[in-house]
Amino acid sequence: MGKPMKIRASVKEGMTEVKILMQHEMETGLRKDADGALIPAWFITEVKAEYQGRVVLDAQFGQSISKNPYLMFSFKGGSAGEKVKISWVDNKGDSRSDEVTISA
Amino acid sequence: MSKEIDLGRRKALSTGGIGLLALFGGASLLRPGAALAEWNKPAFTSKAVDEALSSLGAANPEENSTLIRLTVPEIAENGSVVPVGISSSLPNVEQIAIMVDKNPNVLAAVFNIPAGTAAEVTTRVKMGKTAHVVALVKADGKYYRTSKEVKVTAGGCGG
Repeated sequence: MGKPMKIRASVKEGMTEVKILMQHEMETGLRKDADGALIPAWFITEVKAEYQGRVVLDAQFGQSISKNPYLMFSFKGGSAGEKVKISWVDNKGDSRSDEVTISA
Repeated sequence: MSKEIDLGRRKALSTGGIGLLALFGGASLLRPGAALAEWNKPAFTSKAVDEALSSLGAANPEENSTLIRLTVPEIAENGSVVPVGISSSLPNVEQIAIMVDKNPNVLAAVFNIPAGTAAEVTTRVKMGKTAHVVALVKADGKYYRTSKEVKVTAGGCGG
């Protein structure tokens, strides 16, 4: 189970803006450790955002996304008190889902 | 509709590794709701922008810097965290992708934008050295691109 995400979602003028900070090493697989051995690739490959069971964003990541990935997007609709769910999966099959309540 | 078919074909093409299929297939079974797309391995392991574009089915996108707004710093002191914002005023944006042309794997991210989601995403990418950040936008089935150079004073890919 991955580490928890920090998520903020707020609705303004009919659009819900979602800001996500994931905690993940995002190893490229190209770096070497102190002994010169390659550090295996370890990175988030897919991120999905759901609102009321509907996918509002579906993303695929590569190794070039920064460590502890940040993502901001917005979708039409949403009201204060409702939930947005964010999930990710990494290349080792680990995953994490977190929910946030939309604020006004 | 054609998007579904296309994704199916990509999935079929990317099943070279049984282990990989098992890994991602298994992961997607655990998640509620249907997985929209399998991770596009050929695209994400592309070493050049043209190769990544072909893998995304986006060969020869139209160059357009007015309908795509790419927000990147001119100079990045820290190449490991370079903010990238992409938005587009094109109607019916379906997909946004970010590439870094000098990175070992050029494709950083692909965002599928369902109807009702704004054609605007912001994230942060790693840049090994001074390079062009390429924004690719698919709208109404057609691909558009623009790019901007970011001067990197300290690379972000370690060594």
